[in-house]
Amino acid sequence: MNFAVLQFPASNCDQDAVHVLRNVLGHSARLLWHKETSLGNADAVIVPGGFSYGDYLRTGAIARFSPVMQAVQAFAAKGGPVLGICNGFQILCEAGLLPGALIRNRSLQFRCEHVFVKAATANSPFTSQIPDGKVLRIPIAHGEGCYFADAETIARLKAQNQILWQYADAQGELTDVANPNGSVENIAGICNESRNVAGLMPHPERASEGLLGSADGRLIFESLIHALESKSVAKAA
Amino acid sequence: MKAKIIITPKKAVLDPQGKTVQNALEHMGYGGISAVHVGKYLEIEVSGDKETVRKQIDEACHKFLSNPVIEDYKFELD
Repeated sequence: MNFAVLQFPASNCDQDAVHVLRNVLGHSARLLWHKETSLGNADAVIVPGGFSYGDYLRTGAIARFSPVMQAVQAFAAKGGPVLGICNGFQILCEAGLLPGALIRNRSLQFRCEHVFVKAATANSPFTSQIPDGKVLRIPIAHGEGCYFADAETIARLKAQNQILWQYADAQGELTDVANPNGSVENIAGICNESRNVAGLMPHPERASEGLLGSADGRLIFESLIHALESKSVAKAA
Repeated sequence: MKAKIIITPKKAVLDPQGKTVQNALEHMGYGGISAVHVGKYLEIEVSGDKETVRKQIDEACHKFLSNPVIEDYKFELD
């Protein structure tokens, strides 16, 4: 499969994503500078973590107007899979590709640590290969990761099964203590209504090799690869 | 002319920064404070027909300068 990993000024998890897709999982992955207007032959797009445009104004607010994001909008509209990680999640929310917004952590602290997350559903191209009940150990590193949406949006996310990952404790219980940033409903990641665009605050690309302390993040990339190979998500190009 | 824009977090949105500033003010002995909201202030220097500018600034606030999911904005031109 061909992955395009976007690169904005001050993206800093782009190389990690390419490394995992290319060297760990054996797929083709290339970096795509934010001024590009075409996604080329990409089967899927990764919007990586970092601090695009220095987080000026709001996280993701400036990146969403980059030329490449127009191409991502069109790709997503045709059903192409897009995964936003950390700052990528923030950018996708700002772009209106995902509902809600990510605001300052409840503690006001930048949280950089391993957390536990649980997939809330296997029904998505991003979670299908995560065994039922499995608790994933994946790091977070963010200051603005508190997911917020109004009550109506949250009700719709729940009704349509769009909450994909939630912060949990090691036993898989969704407790307040396990919630590192104050996100509504312990939300760590969601998808759009058509289920081809997803975003999450934890960094699966930093937890895809045993050497790094956890390989649980691989399950998220493997879900996406499985979906592409079994053609359960559209080939948008 | 100058567009003076004030952006504040919506009332329903958790504002830990405002809460922390409020706590600090209380610790300093300032009484009677019931809430603090920390927002942003922007000044944009712009020329053109006032009504056209008003429309443009309003659109820019809605599309880019604020995020309507979490923030409210107001502005004046002078």
